[in-house]
Amino acid sequence: MTRLLAILMCVLLASPVQAVLPHEVLPDPAQEARARALSREIRCQVCLNQSIDDSNAPLAADLRRIVRERIVAGDSDQAVSDFLVRRYGENVLMRPPVRPDTWALWFGPLAILVTAGIGLLMFLRRRRAPSVSTPLAAEEERRLAELLERKRS
Amino acid sequence: MIPEIGHYALVLALSVALVQASVPLIGAARENAPLMEMARTAALAQFGFVALGFGCLTHAYIVGDFSVRNVAENSNSAIPFLYKVSGVWGNHEGSMVLWVLILALFGAAVAAFGRNLPPALRARVLAVQAMTGVAFLAFIVFTSNPFERLDPPPLDGRDLNPLLQDPGLAFHPPFLYLGYVGLSTTFSFAVAALIEGRVDPAWARWVRPWTLGAWAALTLGIALGSWWAYYELGWGGWWFWDPVENASFMPWLVATALLHSAIVSEKRDALKSWTILLAILAFALSLIGTFLVRSGVLTSVHAFAVDPARGLFILIILIVAIGGSLALYAWRAPTLRPGGVFAPVSREGAMVLNNLLLATAAATVFLGTLYPLFLDAVSGAKVSVGPPFFNATFVPLMVPLAIAVAAGPLLAWKRGDLIAATSRLWVALAASLVALAAIVFVYGIGAVLSAFGIALAVWVSGGALVELTERIRLFRVPLGDSWLRLTGLPRSAWGMAIAHFGLGVFIAGAVASSSWQTEKVQIVQSGDTVDVAGYSFLFKGAVEERGPNYVARRGTFEVTKNGRPVATLHPAKRFFPVQRTTTTEAAIHTLWIADLYAVIGDPQESQQMTGAPFPTDPNAGWAARLYYNPLIPWIWLGAVIMALGGVVSLTDRRHRVGAPVPARPTAAASPAE
Amino acid sequence: MRRLLYLLPLAAFAAIAIWFAVGLTRDPSKLPSALLDRPVPDFTLPALAGSGVAGLSADDLRGKVTLVNVFASWCVPCRVEHPLLMRMARESGVTLYGMSYKDKAEDSARFLRELGNPYAAIGHDENGRVGIEWGVYGVPETFVVDRTGRIRHKHVGPISPKDLQETILPLIAELGR
Repeated sequence: MTRLLAILMCVLLASPVQAVLPHEVLPDPAQEARARALSREIRCQVCLNQSIDDSNAPLAADLRRIVRERIVAGDSDQAVSDFLVRRYGENVLMRPPVRPDTWALWFGPLAILVTAGIGLLMFLRRRRAPSVSTPLAAEEERRLAELLERKRS
Repeated sequence: MIPEIGHYALVLALSVALVQASVPLIGAARENAPLMEMARTAALAQFGFVALGFGCLTHAYIVGDFSVRNVAENSNSAIPFLYKVSGVWGNHEGSMVLWVLILALFGAAVAAFGRNLPPALRARVLAVQAMTGVAFLAFIVFTSNPFERLDPPPLDGRDLNPLLQDPGLAFHPPFLYLGYVGLSTTFSFAVAALIEGRVDPAWARWVRPWTLGAWAALTLGIALGSWWAYYELGWGGWWFWDPVENASFMPWLVATALLHSAIVSEKRDALKSWTILLAILAFALSLIGTFLVRSGVLTSVHAFAVDPARGLFILIILIVAIGGSLALYAWRAPTLRPGGVFAPVSREGAMVLNNLLLATAAATVFLGTLYPLFLDAVSGAKVSVGPPFFNATFVPLMVPLAIAVAAGPLLAWKRGDLIAATSRLWVALAASLVALAAIVFVYGIGAVLSAFGIALAVWVSGGALVELTERIRLFRVPLGDSWLRLTGLPRSAWGMAIAHFGLGVFIAGAVASSSWQTEKVQIVQSGDTVDVAGYSFLFKGAVEERGPNYVARRGTFEVTKNGRPVATLHPAKRFFPVQRTTTTEAAIHTLWIADLYAVIGDPQESQQMTGAPFPTDPNAGWAARLYYNPLIPWIWLGAVIMALGGVVSLTDRRHRVGAPVPARPTAAASPAE
Repeated sequence: MRRLLYLLPLAAFAAIAIWFAVGLTRDPSKLPSALLDRPVPDFTLPALAGSGVAGLSADDLRGKVTLVNVFASWCVPCRVEHPLLMRMARESGVTLYGMSYKDKAEDSARFLRELGNPYAAIGHDENGRVGIEWGVYGVPETFVVDRTGRIRHKHVGPISPKDLQETILPLIAELGR
C-alpha cells in the first residue's frame, strides 16, 4: 500500500521536464553544469525510474541540494557519487559499475554481436562452399559410360 | 444483470476457444474439411462473445454502475465521458479484457479475410490463436474477473487516477495492444507452419500483411505513449528506458527484423527457419512484456497493481506458450528445406545485417532491463540499469543500421554490387556531409557528435528518396516515362520509401531535441519577460479555475518573437479532491520545427517541502521552467510516417491476390521488388 | 551439431523462466540498507518540542538493542503502524526511539498527542539531513540497532504484525543474547 502511494505520488508530482527549482541553481555555471550532469546519473529512490534531476519528489530535491553542496565544498564527481552510494547503496547509480558481476551486462551486447556475426559468417560460408563430390567407383564409371552410349544412339 | 451477461459471455468465449483450439487441429491432421471449417465459425463466435463481454463492461462504466468493483475502483460520476470509456482499460482487469478482445479480433480477421489461405493452414493458425485465447480467457475468468460485484455498492467511485484522465490515454493502450497482441497472428502462423512442416514463399506472403498491420499499430502505440509521457508525465523527456517502455520496444525491434526477414523468405525462399524463430520471439517478447507489467517483478511507474499470484499464472502461460513453441521449433525447424543461397553483399545480405543489428539491439535492451533481476536472484547484489547504459550500448548498434538502410534497397538480390549501389547514393552522401559541415560551422567542433547524428538522418531520408528516383530512372529516361513509372509503382515500394524516410525524420528529431534544447529556470512575477532562444515569454500572472473534477491554478504566458505574437501558453497545476493529489499540466505550443514548453510551480509550496537553505524571497511569484525544444515534434512525426509506410505497404493489392512472384537476380544492380 | 543450435532458444528461455520464477518471490522496491552491519552515522538531533522526551544522538544507540522508527505526521501508513509501536513499547521491553522526519515540530507533537508516544526519545530532523545520513527515502522506516551501535536490519514501510512476529522480534531476541 505504501508503495502504491509512493508510486502515485511520484507520478502525480512529476513534471514533464527537469525538476530543478530556481533557488537550487548554483551561481557558478560550471559547477551548476557538473551538478546537473551528476544529478542525471543518480536515481531517485522514491520515484525509482527517474533521476533526481527529473524527479519532483522531496527526497530528490534534498539530494539535488546535497550534490550541489558537496560540489561547492570541493568534492570531485567520484567523491559525490561515493557519498551517496555509502548511504543509499549502489542502485542509486543509474550507470551500473563495471565489475566482474556486471561484465555480462556491459560486454554482453558486444559479445552477442560478435558471436552472432561470426556464426552468421560461418553459416554463409558453409552454404556457399560447393560439395566435394566423391569420385566414381570403376563399376559406376562403366554404368555411366553404358548409359551415355545408350543415349547417344 | 448486464455485468452478469458480460461475465457469462467471457466464460462462453473461453468454451468456444477451447473448441477452436482442438477440433481444427484434428481436422487438419485428418484433412477433414468440416472440422477444419469449424475454426472459422469458432473464431467469429469467440470474437462475438468477447466483444459482448467488453461491451457490458463498457456499459457498466458509462452508466456508472458502482456495484461492479472494477467500476467503483476506477471511475467516478464526475469524470468526463471520454474517461469513463477509457477507464475501462485503465486498470488491470479491464485492460486484460481489451487484450483478449484484440486477440479474438485478429482471429476473426484471419477467419473472415483469410480466404485465399489453404484450409489446413488456416485451421491450424486459428487453432493456435485460440490456444492463446484459452490461456488468457482462463486468466481473466479465474483470477482477474472484471465483473466482480460489491455488496453494498458504494455511492460513488474512487475516481480514475487523474494522470490517466487525458486524451492520450484513450488511444495509447488500444494502439499498443493492436500491435502487441497483433503479433499473436504471426506467432500462430509460425507455429502452424512448424506443425505442417512446411515454410515456403507462399507462407511468407500470407504472413506479411498481418505482420505489417501489427508493426504499424505498435509503432503508433509506442509513439503515442512517448508523446503522452512528454506532455503529461515527468519522464525526463520522451523516452526513459523504463522497463515497461522497453517491454513494448523489444517486440517492436524484433517485429521490424521479422518484416525484413519475411521479405527474404518470400522473394528468395531463404532465411526460413530464422523467420519462424523471429515470429515466435516477437510474440514471446509481447508475452514477457505482459508478464513484467503485471507481476511486480520489476518496478515501474507505469506498472499496474502488482500481484505475484497473477504473475505466477502468467508465468505458467509463458512457459507453456513460449517453451512449447520453442520446443516445437527445436524439433521441426531442422527438417525445413534449406533455401536459396546468396552472396554476403546482396539485398539478402543487407537484410541479414539488418536482422543481426536489430536482434542484438533487442537482446541488449532485454539484458539491460532484466539484469537487475538476474543479478539479484544470483547474488543478491542490487544494481540499477538506467539510461546511461542503454545510450552507451543501443545507440552504437543503430548507427551501422541507419547507414545500411540507405544502401540495402539499392543492392540486387543474390549478388549485389556495393560500389555501384553506393555511388548512386552520392546525392544523399553529399547532402549529409553538407549538413554535418553546416552544424559544426554554426555550433563549433564540440557539436560534432550531434552533427554526425543529423548527417545520418539526412543520409537515411535522402537514401529513401534516391531509391525512389532510381526506380523511376529519373533523368535517365524521358520525364514522362519517369512519371508513368512513378504512378505505376507498387504500393509496397511506396511503403518502403515512406517508412525509411520516416526513420530519418525520427533520427533528426531525436538528435536535435537532445542536443540543442534551451532551458530557462527562474522565478517570475506578473509582468516579467523571459527570453528563450529568441522567443519572449511574458508572464501575465495566474488565476484559479475549476474543472469537472479538479481545482486548478492556471498561469498565462504570452509568447512573441521579434514583437510578433506567436502563442499563448497556459501551464497549470491541478488539484483533484477525490484522490487528494496534484498534477502539473505543461503548456506546449508546437511550431512543428520546435516546441515551446512551459511549466509553472509554486515556489512557496516547494520551499515548504524541501526546507531550502538557500535564500528565497518570501513574496516570490511563480517558479517557471521554460523550454525551446528544437525538432522535437519530428520524433513522433517520424514514427507516424513510418507507420504510414507500413499501412501503405499493407494495401498493396498483391497481398489480396494470388501467389508471390519470386525475385529474379538481375545482372545490373537495379532494385527489384 | 545443428540440432543443438536449434535447442539454444529453448535453453535460453528455460533459464529466463527460472529467473522470473525466482523474481516473483522478491520485491524489487524493498531496497536493503546500504548501512547494513555498519555503525550508525554520527548525529545529534534536538528534542521534539512538546513531546516531553529528550532528543536523540548516536551515543543513545549504544549499549543495548534499540529500534529507531522514522515517522512524520503527514505520513498515512505511519498512523496505521502506530498502535503496533505503542504495543511494542509496552510489551517487548525494547527501547524504541523516534525520528520525526521533514515535519514541523508542532505537527509531529500533535500526531503524538493524538496517537500516543511510544518513544523513549525523539530526534527532530526537520530538514531531513540526518535521514539522508541513514539512507532514509520514505516514511515509515524502522531500523534495528544492536548493542555496539551497528544497524542490523531496516524495515521499509509500516510494520505489520506478521513482520513483527516473523522478523523483528526474533532478530531482537537473537541480538539480545
